Amino acid sequence: MAAVHLRNIQKAYTRDHYTIPGLDLDIDDGEFMVFVGPSGCGKSTLLRMIAGLEDISGGELSIGNLPANDMHASKRGIAMVFQSYALYPHMTVAQNMGFALKLAKAPKDEIASRVGRAAEILQITHLLDRKPKALSGGQRQRVAIGRAIVREPKVFLFDEPLSNLDASLRLQMRVELAKLHQELGTTMIYVTHDQVEAMTLGDRIAVFNAGRIEQLGTPLALYEEPRNLFVAGFLGSPRMNLIPATLIGNDDAGATVRLALSPIATRRDARALQATSSVTLGIRPEHIELVAAEHPGALAARVDLVEHLGDTLLGYVEIAGVDGFITVKLPAHAQLGATVHLAFPAGRCHVFDGDGHALTRMA
Amino acid sequence: MQHKATRYAGSAFTHVILAGYSILALFPIVLIAINAFKDRASIFDSPLSLPNSESWSLIGFEKAMKNAHFFSFFGNSMIVTVTSLFFILLFGAMAAWALSEYKFRGSRWLLAFFAFGIMVPIRLGTVSILQIMVSLNLVNTLTALVLVYIAQGLPLAIMILSEFMQQLPKELKEAARCDGVGEFKIFFQVILPLIRPAVATVAVFTMVPIWNDLWFPLILAPGEETQTITLGVQQFIGQYATDWNAVLASLSLAVLPVLVLYMFFSRQLIRGITAGAVK
Repeated sequence: MAAVHLRNIQKAYTRDHYTIPGLDLDIDDGEFMVFVGPSGCGKSTLLRMIAGLEDISGGELSIGNLPANDMHASKRGIAMVFQSYALYPHMTVAQNMGFALKLAKAPKDEIASRVGRAAEILQITHLLDRKPKALSGGQRQRVAIGRAIVREPKVFLFDEPLSNLDASLRLQMRVELAKLHQELGTTMIYVTHDQVEAMTLGDRIAVFNAGRIEQLGTPLALYEEPRNLFVAGFLGSPRMNLIPATLIGNDDAGATVRLALSPIATRRDARALQATSSVTLGIRPEHIELVAAEHPGALAARVDLVEHLGDTLLGYVEIAGVDGFITVKLPAHAQLGATVHLAFPAGRCHVFDGDGHALTRMA
Repeated sequence: MQHKATRYAGSAFTHVILAGYSILALFPIVLIAINAFKDRASIFDSPLSLPNSESWSLIGFEKAMKNAHFFSFFGNSMIVTVTSLFFILLFGAMAAWALSEYKFRGSRWLLAFFAFGIMVPIRLGTVSILQIMVSLNLVNTLTALVLVYIAQGLPLAIMILSEFMQQLPKELKEAARCDGVGEFKIFFQVILPLIRPAVATVAVFTMVPIWNDLWFPLILAPGEETQTITLGVQQFIGQYATDWNAVLASLSLAVLPVLVLYMFFSRQLIRGITAGAVK
């Protein structure tokens, strides 16, 4: 087990273009850290740099308090699980899992017992004699995870391990990964582009964009207090409504913005901004309240489209004077084309300034 | 029904072509084999007939076996072929791995250099090779032959093998690296087993020309002790009288080892040739 520290880590593929321009991150011992972000944001590159599969162009990496910049991947004490499983096709499951130990000249019975224990944890004991080509995708991924467990590494690295699985299997494996982390208590770094995986698995999440960490924090903190528009839009499903608005007032209770023609009160501190400046109002679909027409400040909206999600109904509604849809959770009986009245609770509203930075909540 | 008939016609046509080619290729071999079992008179009287009770004779084999050096010729050929093959495959695979996996200064030039080796026939350099061997005191040794054959076989081996290695998924090597496996072990325990079909393909393509070569044994190792079988057979071909029985018998025997080696590799070979097609 080990903590991982990154100090001003840089990655440049060409001389003047930095894919990762300089990044600091401390991952605690035993922590489950998730890197999440859109494709090409540098999260996988960073993971591969930690693994030792990519050269580090600048900065310092330490794993378990040992400098690891120039350490060969095989010496870093990490185990990596790949999206494509990367099982050795010419070996059986047991051989795949025991390969590293065998080459490290571990005694035979120790290999057998460690492979057996890992297989038990992952419930693949009955597959040990099979070759990878005789396994399904989910089984292969279990074997790949088993191969990592057997080595008892200091740090587990996961590179989108569930992306090739179908939806139900992904859910199941997600739960098992969470359980695995509880059992082993080993440091894990997990790369995904799926924000649900990020939210459910991570002790902390680092949201990546263009080689930078946009925000780092616990899933709930990121969900409740996104620091900027990118994080607000990326985390949460369905995604947060981000609506262009105008700042019209600011008092001790918080900023007031104008949406279409209605004023909306928030608890955000906009004292640094000028009145009438353009802002973005953010509110999550589940936080929008449905109210009666006579409710003060209620906004009338027309239901344009509904999606049945089983437990709830996701409605795409349009407010006169506002461009684009607003998504909102509707009761199951909502009708297409009906008019509903919405209220935006002040405490649930986010406001982002012209540069996309979130305004802080008033004390 | 219509297109079924067309398909049969199509495959029949293919088979006719293939059969024709096989007959063409096998004819001289069959001719050698059947005449090896006949007495001298019958060879000249009816070269195309199969041996019967009258013409049946093993005199050619007896003569060949009686020749004091016959088995040492065989041994020489075997040593040269197997040793060369081993080193071509080993060095070829290692060079292919280096060129396909590691990017270093001049790696492209090195690849071009090896590709050049395919285009230029090694026999063009015979005079210089002979000079080098003379100055190294290697004339009339099997080492000389082995060295030349390794040089001759390497370019093609490197080309074919590096092509195959590039097709191996990158993650496999990375997984092995993360698994704490050293580079040499990755090569021998992960890469080599996976490209076995390609290795077999290269083995067959390099083995046959080495076994059959007459040129370099004649120039570099014509001594009694170091003659290979192809050169040794020439002993029975005289300026005034040729012992056809012995020539045909020893040629038939000479085919056997390479045939055995071929069968050994051919199961893998089929997979090697079709590997790129479906995956």
